Amino acid sequence: MMQALAMVLRGIGRRVVDGVWRMGVATRFFALTLLYSGQCFRRPGLIVREIFSSGVLSLIIILVSGLFVGMVLGLQGYETLQTYGSEEALGILVALSLVRELGPVVAALLFASRAGSAITAEIGLMKATEQIAAMEMMAVNPVARVVAPRFWGAVISMPFLAAMFSAMGIFGGYLVGVVLIGVDEGSFWSQMQAAVDFREDVLNGVIKSVVFGIAVTAIALFEGYDAPPTAEGVSRATTRTVVTSSLAILGLDFILTAIMFRGV
Amino acid sequence: MHGLAPADPAVSDLSIEIRDLSFAYDQRLVLKGIDLTARRGQVIAIMGNSGCGKTTLLRLIGGALKPSRGRLLVEGTDMSTLDERGLYRLRRRMGMLFQFGALFTDLTVFENVAFALREHSDLPEEMIRDLVFMKLNAVGLRGAHDLKPSELSGGMARRVALARAIALEPALILYDEPFAGLDPISLGVTGNLIRRLTDTLGVTSVVVTHDVQESLKIVDYVYFVSEGVIEARGTPAELRASVLPYVHQFVHGEADGPVPFHYPAPDYAEDLGVVA
Repeated sequence: MMQALAMVLRGIGRRVVDGVWRMGVATRFFALTLLYSGQCFRRPGLIVREIFSSGVLSLIIILVSGLFVGMVLGLQGYETLQTYGSEEALGILVALSLVRELGPVVAALLFASRAGSAITAEIGLMKATEQIAAMEMMAVNPVARVVAPRFWGAVISMPFLAAMFSAMGIFGGYLVGVVLIGVDEGSFWSQMQAAVDFREDVLNGVIKSVVFGIAVTAIALFEGYDAPPTAEGVSRATTRTVVTSSLAILGLDFILTAIMFRGV
Repeated sequence: MHGLAPADPAVSDLSIEIRDLSFAYDQRLVLKGIDLTARRGQVIAIMGNSGCGKTTLLRLIGGALKPSRGRLLVEGTDMSTLDERGLYRLRRRMGMLFQFGALFTDLTVFENVAFALREHSDLPEEMIRDLVFMKLNAVGLRGAHDLKPSELSGGMARRVALARAIALEPALILYDEPFAGLDPISLGVTGNLIRRLTDTLGVTSVVVTHDVQESLKIVDYVYFVSEGVIEARGTPAELRASVLPYVHQFVHGEADGPVPFHYPAPDYAEDLGVVA
């Protein structure tokens, strides 16, 4: 009995120690990424390449999802608002939901599954096929050459993707609300313009998306770099990237919302 | 013979000097009391069966691992005293050929060979182009310069990787299993290339391999590693004539001998449950 209890406790202890250890390694890795970022800023071509593969190649999924989310918001919002006879406020509802919450959060979730998983798989495979080791043997620091440009490329892309998601969503809301259902176009836009504050809403949304971008990319890079160099290891790391960064996005969103909009 | 070094060479003639080196992963001793030297212009082979520690030895020479005990000098530099910057400086004078080439899959053949030149020099693009074409010509693949690594055969990828390894005109080239998984023609081509490049560039080559027949044709000196110790050493002719059981088994590819066919296991009859 006592022995079984000791086993359970030891198991828990080992897991906690392993977890803390891994957090430490990840933090150190993140610090190294920042430390070795200088080189890639001197060679902006490296970052531009990553903006293309993380940002531009994610555009389709971001734009299409944005459009549909906006259209659904338009429908649902109209249904609710018309009960109170205030369907002109549809513009406000659509714009604020998107700019404050759905834009940064959903865009980041999509980004994690589209670009984050790709980063993890790519770096994991580079490691498995000894490309990272080959780079080290050529006296090229892989954190500076491979990791840092991907980090900055993705972090720069994220707010733009979130902005485009929101813009597409507002257009979707307009399509359903104004064009399809027939809400007054003038009040749709003017109420939106009057109610959405640049600093309170737009800027906070941008800050959120930058934070999510950093979190997703840091997780994706670390998981890739830390992946065991086997097919199974890389596939597990890719799954972990999507799961961990999705949870991180939602957790961070709550914290940021609490700070930004309630002034906690 | 291929320019064997004189019997009593000057110290500066040594490209690699290893004295009483030991290495342990965690608590497990992988290499024990290794003594090994390689003179400039030599091709030396480190042979042994899978898991004997020969790749670990190569990684130690490349500076990817640090010895637990003993001296390891590469190009006159004590590896244990190097910090990261010093190690990277030394590595610019080393080339390494990985087992399956380890080419960068997102770059073309040309860009792969140009990689180190672009990272470490400010040479104008025309000069890089000329240098890359010269290296590719040396391995016979100038015509393949705009292919992607995925379009190459195993043997071609290995040759491109070799061109990449010599891009910075290294003094020392390390080969990790250069013959693994090659067809007989590619095998001969790769072997000849290793010999020819060593002779024409005046470099030192260290080949880790278990391909006895191919490597005995091209190397100057062989070290046999077994279970972390150097079991035998000598020129190819000496090893072919060796009567040491382990070397004999290895050189002639016999299935059973000092290296048993069976992984240690309990009694067979007992495992099958047929004990009388």
